Amino acid sequence: MRYLQSIGEYFLMLKGVFGRMTKRTVLKELIFKEIDEIIIGSLGIVAFLSFFIGGVVALQTALNLNNPLIPRTLIAFAARQSIILEFSPTFISIIMAGKVGSFITSSIGSMRVTEQIDALEVMGINALNYLVFPKIIAMLTYPFLIAISMFLGVMGAYSAAVMGGFVPADVFMQGLQEEFDAYHLFYAFFKTFLFAMILATVPSYHGFYMKGGSLEVGKASTTSFVWTSVVIIVTNYVVTQLLLS
Amino acid sequence: MIEVKNLHKSFGDEHILKGIDFVFDTGKTNLVIGQSGSGKSVLMKCMLGLFTPEKGTIEYDGKAYSDLTDEQKRDLRQEMGMLFQGGALFDSMTVEQNVMFPLRMFTKKKKGELKKRVDEVLERVNLVDSGKKFPAEISGGMQKRVAIARAIVNRPKYLFCDEPNSGLDPHTATVIDNLIHELTVEYDITTVVITHDMNSLLEIGENIAFLKDGVLAWKGDKSQIFKTEDETVTDFVYSSDLFKKVREAQQQGL
Ligand SMILES: Nc1ncnc2c1ncn2[C@@H]1O[C@H](COP(=O)(O)OP(=O)(O)OP(=O)(O)O)[C@@H](O)[C@H]1O
Ligand SMILES: [Mg+2]
Repeated sequence: MRYLQSIGEYFLMLKGVFGRMTKRTVLKELIFKEIDEIIIGSLGIVAFLSFFIGGVVALQTALNLNNPLIPRTLIAFAARQSIILEFSPTFISIIMAGKVGSFITSSIGSMRVTEQIDALEVMGINALNYLVFPKIIAMLTYPFLIAISMFLGVMGAYSAAVMGGFVPADVFMQGLQEEFDAYHLFYAFFKTFLFAMILATVPSYHGFYMKGGSLEVGKASTTSFVWTSVVIIVTNYVVTQLLLS
Repeated sequence: MIEVKNLHKSFGDEHILKGIDFVFDTGKTNLVIGQSGSGKSVLMKCMLGLFTPEKGTIEYDGKAYSDLTDEQKRDLRQEMGMLFQGGALFDSMTVEQNVMFPLRMFTKKKKGELKKRVDEVLERVNLVDSGKKFPAEISGGMQKRVAIARAIVNRPKYLFCDEPNSGLDPHTATVIDNLIHELTVEYDITTVVITHDMNSLLEIGENIAFLKDGVLAWKGDKSQIFKTEDETVTDFVYSSDLFKKVREAQQQGL
Protein backbone atom coordinates (compact mmCIF):
# COMPACT_ATOMS: atom_id res chain seq x y z
CA MET A 1 0.00 0.00 0.00
CA ARG A 2 2.74 2.36 1.10
CA TYR A 3 4.63 1.61 -2.13
CA LEU A 4 1.62 2.30 -4.33
CA GLN A 5 1.20 5.62 -2.60
CA SER A 6 4.86 6.48 -3.17
CA ILE A 7 4.59 5.57 -6.84
CA GLY A 8 1.56 7.84 -7.16
CA GLU A 9 3.41 10.60 -5.35
CA TYR A 10 6.38 10.11 -7.69
CA PHE A 11 4.26 10.66 -10.78
CA LEU A 12 2.56 13.67 -9.21
CA MET A 13 6.03 15.04 -8.61
CA LEU A 14 6.88 14.62 -12.30
CA LYS A 15 3.74 16.52 -13.17
CA GLY A 16 4.86 19.30 -10.83
CA VAL A 17 8.32 19.36 -12.39
CA PHE A 18 6.86 20.11 -15.79
CA GLY A 19 4.38 22.60 -14.34
CA ARG A 20 5.03 26.30 -14.13
CA MET A 21 8.48 27.05 -15.54
CA THR A 22 11.23 29.02 -13.85
CA LYS A 23 12.60 32.07 -15.63
CA ARG A 24 14.62 30.98 -18.68
CA THR A 25 17.88 32.79 -17.95
CA VAL A 26 17.94 31.36 -14.44
CA LEU A 27 17.10 27.89 -15.70
CA LYS A 28 19.91 27.98 -18.23
CA GLU A 29 22.43 28.77 -15.52
CA LEU A 30 21.10 25.99 -13.32
CA ILE A 31 21.34 23.46 -16.16
CA PHE A 32 24.99 24.29 -16.81
CA LYS A 33 25.72 24.06 -13.13
CA GLU A 34 24.12 20.62 -12.94
CA ILE A 35 25.98 19.38 -16.03
CA ASP A 36 29.18 20.51 -14.38
CA GLU A 37 28.38 18.91 -11.06
CA ILE A 38 26.74 15.68 -12.21
CA ILE A 39 28.38 14.83 -15.53
CA ILE A 40 31.76 16.59 -15.60
CA GLY A 41 32.21 15.84 -11.92
CA SER A 42 31.84 12.13 -12.58
CA LEU A 43 34.18 11.90 -15.57
CA GLY A 44 37.18 10.94 -13.46
CA ILE A 45 35.67 8.04 -11.57
CA VAL A 46 33.80 6.76 -14.64
CA ALA A 47 36.97 6.85 -16.75
CA PHE A 48 38.95 5.05 -14.07
CA LEU A 49 36.37 2.32 -13.50
CA SER A 50 35.72 1.78 -17.20
CA PHE A 51 39.36 1.40 -18.14
CA PHE A 52 40.16 -1.10 -15.43
CA ILE A 53 36.97 -3.15 -15.62
CA GLY A 54 37.42 -3.33 -19.40
CA GLY A 55 40.92 -4.57 -18.75
CA VAL A 56 39.84 -7.15 -16.24
CA VAL A 57 37.11 -8.50 -18.52
CA ALA A 58 39.67 -9.07 -21.28
CA LEU A 59 42.14 -10.53 -18.81
CA GLN A 60 39.62 -13.02 -17.42
CA THR A 61 38.58 -14.14 -20.88
CA ALA A 62 42.19 -14.54 -21.93
CA LEU A 63 43.13 -16.50 -18.81
CA ASN A 64 40.15 -18.81 -19.06
CA LEU A 65 40.56 -19.46 -22.76
CA ASN A 66 42.43 -22.77 -22.69
CA ASN A 67 40.60 -24.62 -25.43
CA PRO A 68 42.64 -24.24 -28.66
CA LEU A 69 39.46 -24.70 -30.76
CA ILE A 70 38.06 -21.39 -29.56
CA PRO A 71 39.56 -18.51 -31.58
CA ARG A 72 41.56 -15.82 -29.76
CA THR A 73 39.32 -13.18 -31.32
CA LEU A 74 36.82 -14.09 -28.64
CA ILE A 75 38.78 -12.00 -26.14
CA ALA A 76 37.98 -8.72 -27.89
CA PHE A 77 34.52 -9.86 -28.91
CA ALA A 78 33.51 -10.81 -25.37
CA ALA A 79 34.97 -7.62 -23.93
CA ARG A 80 33.13 -5.49 -26.49
CA GLN A 81 29.81 -7.20 -25.91
CA SER A 82 29.92 -7.12 -22.14
CA ILE A 83 31.11 -3.51 -22.05
CA ILE A 84 28.57 -2.15 -24.52
CA LEU A 85 25.61 -4.22 -23.43
CA GLU A 86 25.88 -4.24 -19.66
CA PHE A 87 28.98 -2.87 -18.08
CA SER A 88 28.87 0.71 -19.32
CA PRO A 89 25.11 1.36 -19.31
CA THR A 90 24.07 -0.65 -16.26
CA PHE A 91 27.05 -1.03 -13.98
CA ILE A 92 28.13 2.59 -14.35
CA SER A 93 24.54 3.69 -13.69
CA ILE A 94 24.52 1.77 -10.43
CA ILE A 95 27.77 3.49 -9.46
CA MET A 96 26.16 6.79 -10.42
CA ALA A 97 23.16 5.96 -8.23
CA GLY A 98 25.62 5.92 -5.37
CA LYS A 99 27.62 8.95 -6.38
CA VAL A 100 25.16 11.30 -8.06
CA GLY A 101 21.97 9.86 -6.57
CA SER A 102 22.95 10.37 -2.98
CA PHE A 103 24.34 13.79 -3.82
CA ILE A 104 20.99 14.80 -5.32
CA THR A 105 18.99 13.37 -2.41
CA SER A 106 21.12 14.96 0.25
CA SER A 107 21.31 18.36 -1.42
CA ILE A 108 17.55 18.56 -2.02
CA GLY A 109 16.87 16.93 1.34
CA SER A 110 18.94 19.43 3.27
CA MET A 111 17.15 22.22 1.43
CA ARG A 112 13.89 20.69 2.65
CA VAL A 113 15.14 20.38 6.23
CA THR A 114 16.44 23.95 6.40
CA GLU A 115 13.22 25.37 4.92
CA GLN A 116 14.97 26.51 1.73
CA ILE A 117 12.28 24.75 -0.30
CA ASP A 118 9.58 26.56 1.68
CA ALA A 119 11.45 29.79 1.00
CA LEU A 120 11.30 29.11 -2.74
CA GLU A 121 7.62 28.28 -2.57
CA VAL A 122 6.78 31.36 -0.53
CA MET A 123 8.44 33.46 -3.20
CA GLY A 124 6.02 31.97 -5.69
CA ILE A 125 8.61 29.75 -7.37
CA ASN A 126 7.71 26.24 -8.49
CA ALA A 127 10.35 24.53 -6.35
CA LEU A 128 10.02 21.21 -8.17
CA ASN A 129 10.68 22.83 -11.50
CA TYR A 130 13.49 24.92 -10.09
CA LEU A 131 15.26 21.99 -8.47
CA VAL A 132 14.45 18.92 -10.57
CA PHE A 133 13.95 20.14 -14.13
CA PRO A 134 17.60 21.29 -14.58
CA LYS A 135 18.75 17.88 -13.35
CA ILE A 136 16.58 16.10 -15.92
CA ILE A 137 17.91 18.28 -18.74
CA ALA A 138 21.48 17.90 -17.51
CA MET A 139 21.05 14.13 -17.51
CA LEU A 140 20.26 14.25 -21.22
CA THR A 141 24.02 14.50 -21.64
CA TYR A 142 24.51 11.31 -19.63
CA PRO A 143 24.69 9.10 -22.79
CA PHE A 144 27.89 10.97 -23.69
CA LEU A 145 29.38 9.91 -20.39
CA ILE A 146 28.39 6.33 -21.12
CA ALA A 147 29.86 6.58 -24.64
CA ILE A 148 33.14 7.68 -23.09
CA SER A 149 32.89 4.79 -20.66
CA MET A 150 32.40 2.32 -23.52
CA PHE A 151 35.36 3.71 -25.42
CA LEU A 152 37.65 3.61 -22.39
CA GLY A 153 36.41 0.14 -21.47
CA VAL A 154 37.47 -1.16 -24.86
CA MET A 155 40.77 0.71 -24.52
CA GLY A 156 41.29 -1.01 -21.19
CA ALA A 157 40.55 -4.36 -22.76
CA TYR A 158 43.01 -3.64 -25.56
CA SER A 159 45.71 -2.66 -23.11
CA ALA A 160 45.25 -5.75 -21.00
CA ALA A 161 44.96 -8.18 -23.89
CA VAL A 162 47.49 -6.81 -26.36
CA MET A 163 50.05 -5.21 -24.10
CA GLY A 164 49.66 -8.07 -21.68
CA GLY A 165 50.79 -10.34 -24.53
CA PHE A 166 47.67 -12.51 -24.70
CA VAL A 167 46.75 -11.69 -28.26
CA PRO A 168 48.32 -9.80 -31.19
CA ALA A 169 46.88 -6.37 -31.99
CA ASP A 170 45.42 -7.37 -35.36
CA VAL A 171 43.61 -10.37 -33.88
CA PHE A 172 42.17 -8.13 -31.18
CA MET A 173 40.98 -5.60 -33.74
CA GLN A 174 39.45 -8.38 -35.78
CA GLY A 175 37.57 -9.71 -32.75
CA LEU A 176 36.42 -6.22 -31.94
CA GLN A 177 34.67 -5.93 -35.31
CA GLU A 178 33.26 -9.44 -35.34
CA GLU A 179 29.47 -9.71 -35.76
CA PHE A 180 28.97 -6.10 -34.90
CA ASP A 181 25.27 -5.30 -34.59
CA ALA A 182 24.22 -1.64 -34.60
CA TYR A 183 20.95 -2.62 -32.94
CA HIS A 184 22.95 -3.46 -29.81
CA LEU A 185 24.16 0.12 -29.70
CA PHE A 186 20.61 1.35 -30.02
CA TYR A 187 19.58 -0.97 -27.18
CA ALA A 188 22.44 0.21 -25.00
CA PHE A 189 21.75 3.89 -25.50
CA PHE A 190 18.01 3.47 -25.20
CA LYS A 191 18.39 2.00 -21.76
CA THR A 192 21.07 4.53 -20.88
CA PHE A 193 18.52 7.23 -21.57
CA LEU A 194 15.99 5.53 -19.28
CA PHE A 195 18.60 5.15 -16.54
CA ALA A 196 19.46 8.84 -16.90
CA MET A 197 15.85 9.77 -16.24
CA ILE A 198 15.72 7.41 -13.27
CA LEU A 199 18.97 8.85 -11.88
CA ALA A 200 17.61 12.38 -12.13
CA THR A 201 14.14 11.79 -10.70
CA VAL A 202 14.16 8.97 -8.13
CA PRO A 203 16.81 10.59 -5.90
CA SER A 204 15.06 13.95 -6.31
CA TYR A 205 11.84 12.37 -5.12
CA HIS A 206 13.53 10.99 -2.01
CA GLY A 207 15.06 14.36 -1.21
CA PHE A 208 12.06 16.50 -1.96
CA TYR A 209 9.54 14.57 0.10
CA MET A 210 11.77 13.72 3.04
CA LYS A 211 10.66 14.54 6.55
CA GLY A 212 12.61 15.23 9.69
CA GLY A 213 16.01 16.69 10.46
CA SER A 214 19.59 16.40 9.29
CA LEU A 215 19.87 12.84 10.59
CA GLU A 216 17.11 11.82 8.22
CA VAL A 217 18.96 13.37 5.29
CA GLY A 218 21.58 10.63 5.64
CA LYS A 219 18.92 7.95 5.87
CA ALA A 220 17.10 9.36 2.86
CA SER A 221 20.31 9.18 0.81
CA THR A 222 20.74 5.52 1.67
CA THR A 223 17.13 4.69 0.88
CA SER A 224 17.43 6.66 -2.30
CA PHE A 225 20.49 4.64 -3.38
CA VAL A 226 18.71 1.36 -2.72
CA TRP A 227 15.60 2.35 -4.64
CA THR A 228 17.43 3.94 -7.54
CA SER A 229 19.48 0.75 -7.97
CA VAL A 230 16.41 -1.45 -7.70
CA VAL A 231 14.53 0.57 -10.30
CA ILE A 232 17.53 0.55 -12.64
CA ILE A 233 18.02 -3.22 -12.33
CA VAL A 234 14.32 -3.95 -12.88
CA THR A 235 14.14 -1.55 -15.83
CA ASN A 236 17.25 -3.18 -17.26
CA TYR A 237 15.63 -6.59 -17.09
CA VAL A 238 12.38 -5.45 -18.67
CA VAL A 239 14.10 -3.52 -21.47
CA THR A 240 16.40 -6.42 -22.24
CA GLN A 241 13.45 -8.80 -22.36
CA LEU A 242 11.53 -6.47 -24.67
CA LEU A 243 14.31 -5.39 -27.03
CA LEU A 244 16.69 -8.33 -27.26
CA SER A 245 14.66 -11.50 -26.98
CA MET B 1 -3.83 44.94 6.66
CA ILE B 2 -4.47 41.22 6.88
CA GLU B 3 -7.78 40.08 8.26
CA VAL B 4 -8.15 36.51 9.43
CA LYS B 5 -11.74 35.41 9.92
CA ASN B 6 -12.91 32.22 11.62
CA LEU B 7 -9.87 30.27 10.47
CA HIS B 8 -9.88 26.49 10.94
CA LYS B 9 -7.08 24.09 10.08
CA SER B 10 -6.72 20.41 10.88
CA PHE B 11 -4.20 17.70 10.10
CA GLY B 12 -6.07 14.42 9.99
CA ASP B 13 -7.98 14.20 13.27
CA GLU B 14 -5.89 16.89 14.89
CA HIS B 15 -7.76 20.18 15.00
CA ILE B 16 -4.95 22.74 15.21
CA LEU B 17 -6.60 26.10 14.55
CA LYS B 18 -10.12 26.33 15.93
CA GLY B 19 -11.61 29.51 14.57
CA ILE B 20 -9.10 32.37 14.71
CA ASP B 21 -10.29 35.96 14.20
CA PHE B 22 -7.66 38.66 14.13
CA VAL B 23 -6.69 41.83 12.29
CA PHE B 24 -3.01 42.43 11.53
CA ASP B 25 -2.46 46.18 11.10
CA THR B 26 -0.39 47.93 8.45
CA GLY B 27 2.71 49.81 9.58
CA LYS B 28 2.81 47.91 12.84
CA THR B 29 4.66 44.90 14.16
CA ASN B 30 1.92 42.40 14.89
CA LEU B 31 3.07 39.71 17.31
CA VAL B 32 1.75 36.18 17.60
CA ILE B 33 2.67 34.55 20.90
CA GLY B 34 1.74 31.33 22.63
CA GLN B 35 3.14 28.05 23.86
CA SER B 36 5.01 25.64 21.66
CA GLY B 37 2.51 23.64 19.64
CA SER B 38 -0.27 26.19 19.99
CA GLY B 39 -0.46 26.59 16.20
CA LYS B 40 1.46 29.80 15.59
CA SER B 41 3.50 28.49 12.69
CA VAL B 42 0.45 26.80 11.22
CA LEU B 43 -1.39 30.12 11.32
CA MET B 44 1.51 31.81 9.56
CA LYS B 45 1.76 29.11 6.92
CA CYS B 46 -1.96 29.55 6.24
CA MET B 47 -1.38 33.26 5.77
CA LEU B 48 1.49 32.52 3.40
CA GLY B 49 -0.71 30.25 1.35
CA LEU B 50 1.45 27.20 2.13
CA PHE B 51 -1.48 25.51 3.92
CA THR B 52 -5.09 25.64 2.79
CA PRO B 53 -7.49 26.16 5.70
CA GLU B 54 -10.68 24.07 5.82
CA LYS B 55 -12.83 26.94 6.90
CA GLY B 56 -12.59 30.71 7.21
CA THR B 57 -11.03 33.43 5.10
CA ILE B 58 -7.83 35.44 4.98
CA GLU B 59 -8.10 38.89 3.40
CA TYR B 60 -5.11 40.89 2.21
CA ASP B 61 -6.16 44.52 2.10
CA GLY B 62 -9.70 43.43 1.42
CA LYS B 63 -8.91 40.70 -1.13
CA ALA B 64 -9.80 37.21 0.04
CA TYR B 65 -7.05 34.73 -0.82
CA SER B 66 -9.46 31.96 -1.76
CA ASP B 67 -11.15 34.20 -4.35
CA LEU B 68 -7.94 34.89 -6.24
CA THR B 69 -6.97 33.20 -9.48
CA ASP B 70 -3.68 31.30 -9.59
CA GLU B 71 -2.12 34.23 -11.41
CA GLN B 72 -3.28 36.68 -8.75
CA LYS B 73 -2.09 34.37 -5.99
CA ARG B 74 1.36 34.41 -7.55
CA ASP B 75 1.30 38.18 -7.74
CA LEU B 76 0.26 38.35 -4.11
CA ARG B 77 3.10 36.01 -3.16
CA GLN B 78 5.53 38.45 -4.67
CA GLU B 79 4.23 41.09 -2.30
CA MET B 80 5.13 38.86 0.64
CA GLY B 81 8.46 38.54 2.36
CA MET B 82 9.21 35.73 4.74
CA LEU B 83 11.87 35.41 7.37
CA PHE B 84 12.23 31.75 8.29
CA GLN B 85 13.19 30.54 11.72
CA GLY B 86 16.52 29.17 10.53
CA GLY B 87 17.03 31.91 7.98
CA ALA B 88 16.57 29.46 5.09
CA LEU B 89 19.31 31.12 3.09
CA PHE B 90 20.33 29.27 -0.06
CA ASP B 91 23.65 27.89 1.00
CA SER B 92 24.94 27.43 -2.52
CA MET B 93 24.75 31.20 -3.08
CA THR B 94 26.70 34.12 -1.67
CA VAL B 95 25.02 36.69 0.56
CA GLU B 96 24.64 39.01 -2.42
CA GLN B 97 23.18 36.32 -4.63
CA ASN B 98 20.75 35.37 -1.90
CA VAL B 99 19.47 38.90 -1.59
CA MET B 100 19.37 39.36 -5.35
CA PHE B 101 17.49 36.11 -5.86
CA PRO B 102 13.88 37.40 -5.58
CA LEU B 103 14.75 40.33 -7.81
CA ARG B 104 16.32 38.13 -10.46
CA MET B 105 13.34 35.82 -10.44
CA PHE B 106 10.66 38.43 -10.74
CA THR B 107 11.94 41.63 -12.26
CA LYS B 108 13.18 42.38 -15.73
CA LYS B 109 15.72 44.97 -14.61
CA LYS B 110 19.36 44.99 -15.68
CA LYS B 111 22.04 43.41 -13.50
CA GLY B 112 23.46 46.84 -12.62
CA GLU B 113 20.16 48.10 -11.28
CA LEU B 114 19.63 44.92 -9.31
CA LYS B 115 23.07 45.23 -7.81
CA LYS B 116 22.30 48.78 -6.75
CA ARG B 117 19.14 47.70 -4.96
CA VAL B 118 20.98 44.81 -3.29
CA ASP B 119 23.71 47.13 -2.03
CA GLU B 120 21.07 49.49 -0.73
CA VAL B 121 19.35 46.75 1.26
CA LEU B 122 22.59 45.23 2.52
CA GLU B 123 23.62 48.66 3.70
CA ARG B 124 20.26 48.97 5.45
CA VAL B 125 20.96 45.81 7.45
CA ASN B 126 24.61 46.77 7.97
CA LEU B 127 26.17 44.05 5.93
CA VAL B 128 27.93 45.76 3.04
CA ASP B 129 31.21 43.98 3.71
CA SER B 130 29.81 40.46 3.69
CA GLY B 131 28.26 40.44 0.23
CA LYS B 132 30.73 37.97 -1.22
CA LYS B 133 30.62 35.53 1.67
CA PHE B 134 28.59 32.34 1.82
CA PRO B 135 25.96 31.81 4.52
CA ALA B 136 28.13 29.19 6.23
CA GLU B 137 30.86 31.79 6.66
CA ILE B 138 28.86 34.33 8.66
CA SER B 139 27.37 34.29 12.16
CA GLY B 140 23.80 33.39 13.04
CA GLY B 141 22.83 37.00 13.67
CA MET B 142 24.31 38.04 10.34
CA GLN B 143 22.42 35.22 8.59
CA LYS B 144 19.20 36.55 10.10
CA ARG B 145 20.00 40.02 8.77
CA VAL B 146 20.71 38.61 5.32
CA ALA B 147 17.39 36.79 5.47
CA ILE B 148 15.69 40.07 6.39
CA ALA B 149 17.43 41.77 3.50
CA ARG B 150 16.22 39.05 1.15
CA ALA B 151 12.68 39.31 2.53
CA ILE B 152 12.45 43.06 1.97
CA VAL B 153 14.47 43.49 -1.22
CA ASN B 154 11.40 43.29 -3.43
CA ARG B 155 9.57 45.90 -1.28
CA PRO B 156 6.92 43.57 0.12
CA LYS B 157 3.62 44.77 1.52
CA TYR B 158 3.51 41.88 3.96
CA LEU B 159 6.40 40.60 6.02
CA PHE B 160 6.26 37.35 7.98
CA CYS B 161 8.83 36.41 10.58
CA ASP B 162 8.86 33.07 12.37
CA GLU B 163 10.81 33.49 15.61
CA PRO B 164 13.28 35.98 14.16
CA ASN B 165 15.48 36.06 17.23
CA SER B 166 15.50 32.50 18.46
CA GLY B 167 19.03 31.30 19.08
CA LEU B 168 20.49 34.79 19.30
CA ASP B 169 22.06 36.55 22.24
CA PRO B 170 19.88 39.22 23.90
CA HIS B 171 21.74 42.09 22.31
CA THR B 172 21.60 40.74 18.76
CA ALA B 173 17.99 39.75 19.32
CA THR B 174 17.15 43.34 20.16
CA VAL B 175 19.01 44.55 17.08
CA ILE B 176 16.95 42.21 14.91
CA ASP B 177 13.69 43.21 16.59
CA ASN B 178 14.39 46.88 16.13
CA LEU B 179 15.44 46.36 12.54
CA ILE B 180 12.15 44.59 11.80
CA HIS B 181 10.22 47.34 13.50
CA GLU B 182 12.05 50.17 11.73
CA LEU B 183 11.58 48.55 8.34
CA THR B 184 7.90 48.03 9.07
CA VAL B 185 7.41 51.72 9.74
CA GLU B 186 9.78 52.83 6.98
CA TYR B 187 8.14 50.81 4.21
CA ASP B 188 4.67 50.80 5.80
CA ILE B 189 4.53 47.00 5.82
CA THR B 190 2.04 44.71 7.52
CA THR B 191 4.43 42.69 9.63
CA VAL B 192 3.59 39.48 11.45
CA VAL B 193 6.11 38.19 13.97
CA ILE B 194 5.92 34.91 15.85
CA THR B 195 7.91 35.11 19.03
CA HIS B 196 8.68 33.36 22.29
CA ASP B 197 10.78 36.22 23.47
CA MET B 198 9.37 38.42 26.22
CA ASN B 199 11.86 41.13 25.34
CA SER B 200 10.39 41.35 21.85
CA LEU B 201 7.01 41.72 23.45
CA LEU B 202 8.27 44.73 25.36
CA GLU B 203 10.16 46.19 22.44
CA ILE B 204 7.88 45.81 19.48
CA GLY B 205 4.55 44.44 20.75
CA GLU B 206 2.24 46.92 19.09
CA ASN B 207 -0.54 44.47 18.38
CA ILE B 208 -0.43 41.11 20.07
CA ALA B 209 -2.38 37.91 19.41
CA PHE B 210 -2.06 35.27 22.11
CA LEU B 211 -2.86 31.77 20.90
CA LYS B 212 -3.71 28.95 23.22
CA ASP B 213 -4.62 25.47 21.97
CA GLY B 214 -5.63 26.83 18.60
CA VAL B 215 -7.88 29.63 19.78
CA LEU B 216 -7.21 33.32 20.21
CA ALA B 217 -7.05 33.60 23.99
CA TRP B 218 -6.22 37.28 24.26
CA LYS B 219 -5.36 40.34 22.19
CA GLY B 220 -3.97 43.76 22.98
CA ASP B 221 -0.69 45.68 22.96
CA LYS B 222 2.46 45.73 25.09
CA SER B 223 1.13 48.19 27.63
CA GLN B 224 -1.96 46.09 28.18
CA ILE B 225 -0.26 42.72 28.41
CA PHE B 226 1.54 43.71 31.60
CA LYS B 227 -1.61 45.02 33.20
CA THR B 228 -4.08 42.34 32.29
CA GLU B 229 -5.40 40.04 35.00
CA ASP B 230 -6.38 37.40 32.46
CA GLU B 231 -4.86 34.26 33.92
CA THR B 232 -4.14 32.42 30.69
CA VAL B 233 -2.00 35.38 29.69
CA THR B 234 -0.29 35.98 33.02
CA ASP B 235 0.53 32.27 33.37
CA PHE B 236 2.33 32.47 30.06
CA VAL B 237 3.98 35.86 30.34
CA TYR B 238 5.10 35.46 33.93
CA SER B 239 6.39 31.94 33.62
CA SER B 240 9.93 33.27 33.99
CA ASP B 241 11.26 34.49 37.30
CA LEU B 242 12.57 37.69 35.87
CA PHE B 243 9.17 38.78 34.69
CA LYS B 244 7.54 37.67 37.93
CA LYS B 245 9.87 40.04 39.74
CA VAL B 246 9.14 42.82 37.27
CA ARG B 247 5.44 42.31 37.91
CA GLU B 248 5.85 42.33 41.68
CA ALA B 249 7.88 45.50 41.41
CA GLN B 250 5.19 47.07 39.28
CA GLN B 251 2.46 46.07 41.70
CA GLN B 252 4.41 47.55 44.57
CA GLY B 253 4.57 50.73 42.59
CA LEU B 254 8.32 50.73 42.12
N1 LIG C 1 2.58 19.77 8.29
C1 LIG C 1 2.00 19.32 9.40
N2 LIG C 1 1.39 18.12 9.41
C2 LIG C 1 0.81 17.65 10.53
N3 LIG C 1 0.77 18.31 11.70
C3 LIG C 1 1.35 19.50 11.77
C4 LIG C 1 2.01 20.08 10.62
N4 LIG C 1 2.49 21.28 10.98
C5 LIG C 1 2.18 21.44 12.27
N5 LIG C 1 1.48 20.40 12.75
C6 LIG C 1 0.98 20.25 14.11
O1 LIG C 1 0.32 21.43 14.47
C7 LIG C 1 0.55 21.73 15.85
C8 LIG C 1 0.97 23.17 15.97
O2 LIG C 1 2.23 23.33 15.36
P1 LIG C 1 2.93 24.72 15.15
O3 LIG C 1 4.17 24.45 14.38
O4 LIG C 1 1.98 25.70 14.61
O5 LIG C 1 3.31 25.10 16.64
P2 LIG C 1 3.98 26.46 17.11
O6 LIG C 1 2.96 27.17 17.89
O7 LIG C 1 4.58 27.15 15.97
O8 LIG C 1 5.09 25.87 18.08
P3 LIG C 1 6.60 26.36 18.24
O9 LIG C 1 6.55 27.52 19.13
O10 LIG C 1 7.26 25.19 18.90
O11 LIG C 1 7.16 26.66 16.89
C9 LIG C 1 1.59 20.74 16.33
O12 LIG C 1 0.93 19.79 17.14
C10 LIG C 1 2.11 20.10 15.09
O13 LIG C 1 2.39 18.75 15.33
MG1 LIG D 1 6.61 27.46 15.21
